[in-house]
Amino acid sequence: MSANLAAILYLIAGVLFIMALRGLSSPKSARQGNLFGIAGMVIAVGTTLAQSSVEDYLWIAIGIVAGGLIGTTIALKIKMTAMPQLVAGFHSLVGLAAVLVAGATLHSPEVFGITDEAGIRLISRIEMSIGVVIGALTFTGSIIAFAKLQELMTGVPLVFKGQHLVNLCLLLGIVALAVLFCLTQSPTLFWIMTGLALLFGVLLIMPIGGADMPVVISMLNSYSGWAAAGIGFTLENTVLIIVGALVGSSGAILSYIMCKAMNRSFISVIMGGFGATASTISTGAKDKTVKPGSAEDAAFIMSNAGSVVIVPGYGLAVAQAQHAIREMGDLLKKAGVNVRYAIHPVAGRMPGHMNVLLAEANVSYDEVFELDDINSDLPNTDVAFVIGANDVTNPLAKTDPSSPIAGMPILDVEKAKTVLFVKRSLAPGYAGIDNPVFYNQNTMMLFGDAKKMVEEIVKALQA
Amino acid sequence: MEQILHVHPLILSITVFVLAVFVGYYVVWSVTPALHTPLMSVTNAISSVIIVGALLAATPLEGGIGKLFGGIAVGLAAVNIFGGFTVTQRMLQMFKKKK
Repeated sequence: MSANLAAILYLIAGVLFIMALRGLSSPKSARQGNLFGIAGMVIAVGTTLAQSSVEDYLWIAIGIVAGGLIGTTIALKIKMTAMPQLVAGFHSLVGLAAVLVAGATLHSPEVFGITDEAGIRLISRIEMSIGVVIGALTFTGSIIAFAKLQELMTGVPLVFKGQHLVNLCLLLGIVALAVLFCLTQSPTLFWIMTGLALLFGVLLIMPIGGADMPVVISMLNSYSGWAAAGIGFTLENTVLIIVGALVGSSGAILSYIMCKAMNRSFISVIMGGFGATASTISTGAKDKTVKPGSAEDAAFIMSNAGSVVIVPGYGLAVAQAQHAIREMGDLLKKAGVNVRYAIHPVAGRMPGHMNVLLAEANVSYDEVFELDDINSDLPNTDVAFVIGANDVTNPLAKTDPSSPIAGMPILDVEKAKTVLFVKRSLAPGYAGIDNPVFYNQNTMMLFGDAKKMVEEIVKALQA
Repeated sequence: MEQILHVHPLILSITVFVLAVFVGYYVVWSVTPALHTPLMSVTNAISSVIIVGALLAATPLEGGIGKLFGGIAVGLAAVNIFGGFTVTQRMLQMFKKKK
C-alpha cells in the first residue's frame, strides 16, 4: 500500500471518529455513532496491517485475540454502578500503551522511520518525551483513581506536608531529564524520566478526595488523549493526532463542566485536600427539629400531588434503589401524576453517570432533565422527592459565602411545595455541611435505607 | 508552490492537531449531558487507536525489546478497543424512549 493511500485511509478513519462523537448529541443517533467509531477503528487497524513493514503476524494475533476476549468479557459483565472504575481502568491501559509505544520508538526507531544520520531525529525525541511523560502519569494516576473508586484505598484525600513542593521538584526534574534526553538520546535518561512521571501520576491523584472524582476521571480522559496525540506526532500519523486532539479536548471540556457544577477551580481540584476536614465541621443539628414521616405518608402526599420531581443522587446507586424508584414513578404516573427526574451534573461519580443508571432501570430519557432545564419549574412543583442526594440541594451554596460549596449551582428543591427527603440520618454529605432544607416547615424526612423506603412507598401506593 | 512543498512535516502535523482540537471542542459541546458517560467510554475506545503504533512495533521479523513492547501494547489497546466499544453499545442500548 502506498503511503498516500494509507494517509487517505487514516483520514477517513479520523472523520469516522469525529462522527462517532457527533452521534452522541442525541440518544437517537448515538448507537449509529458508535458503529462509525468501530468502522473507523477497523479501517485504521487494517490500513496499518497492510503496510510493507508488517512481516510477522503472530504476536499481534495473540495480542488482539487475548485483549479482545478480556475487554469484551469485562464490558459485558461490568455493573453500571462500577462504570467510573472501569473507565479509570481503561484510561490506565491507554497510558501504559502510550509508554510502551514510546519505548518501542526509542529501542527500534528504524521501524518507524524516525531516524537520521544522528540517530533518532531531534524533533522525534522531543515528541516521544512528551508522549511518554503524559502516558506514564495517565497510567499511574488512573490506577490510583481506580483504587479510590473501587474502594481498594481510602477516598479521603491523602496529603502530607510539602506535597506541592515535592510535586514541583518532580515536575522540574522531569523537564530537566527530558531536555538531557533530547540532547543525548540516552535510553537510561529516558527511562528515569518515565519513572519520575509514573511517580508524579501517583502523587497527583493521591490528594484528591472522593467528591472530586468526576473531575479526576475527566482530567485523566483528557490526558490519555494528549498522550495519544504525542505519540501521533512521533509517528507522524494523522489519525492518531486527530483522535488525540478529540479525546484531549473532550476530557478537558468535561473537566470544565464538572468544575463549574461544583463551583471549584481546576487548580484547587488538582491541589487536592477537599473534604479532608469534613468531619470537623459541626452540624449544629441538635437544637433544630425535623418532621419525620413514614412511607405511607409519602405515598399519600405524592399520589395526591399534580407533579413530582425525583432528585436522585449517588446514594441511590449505592443502595441499588434505581429499579424501585422507577417502579414508584410508574405507579405515580398511572395515578395521573406528572413525574420527572432532575439530575445535577455531579450527581454520580462521573459525568452523566446518573443518566446511565436511570436508563438501566428503564426510565425513559425524555423524563430526565438537567439542572438548568428543571430549576425554573421547581417552584411550580408539588413534591420534590430527594433520594441519595444532599449537597446538590443545599441552599447554603447560594446564601453562605463561607460554605465549602458556596457558589455551586444547586437544584432548588426547597422551592417545591413539599420536599420529601429520603436519608439514613441527618449526617452531612461529602462537603461536610448541614443542609437547612431538612429543618424547613415543608420538608418531611423519610429516615431509612433508600431502597427499603422506596419499596415500602411502592407497597403503600399499590394498596 | 515551491514553499508549500517544503513545509516541514511537523508543521503539517501541528495543523492537523490544531484543527482537530477545534473540531473536538465544538463536537463535544454539542454532546447531550445525558450521554457524557458513553462519551467517555467511547473516547476511551477510540484513543486506543494508539494500537497503530503498537502494531508497527510488534510486526518486524526481528525486533528485540521494541517488538516485545509493541506486542504488549497491542494487547492492552485491544482490551480497550473491544471493551470500550462494547460497553458503550451496552449503555446506549439502555437509552430508550418509552411508548
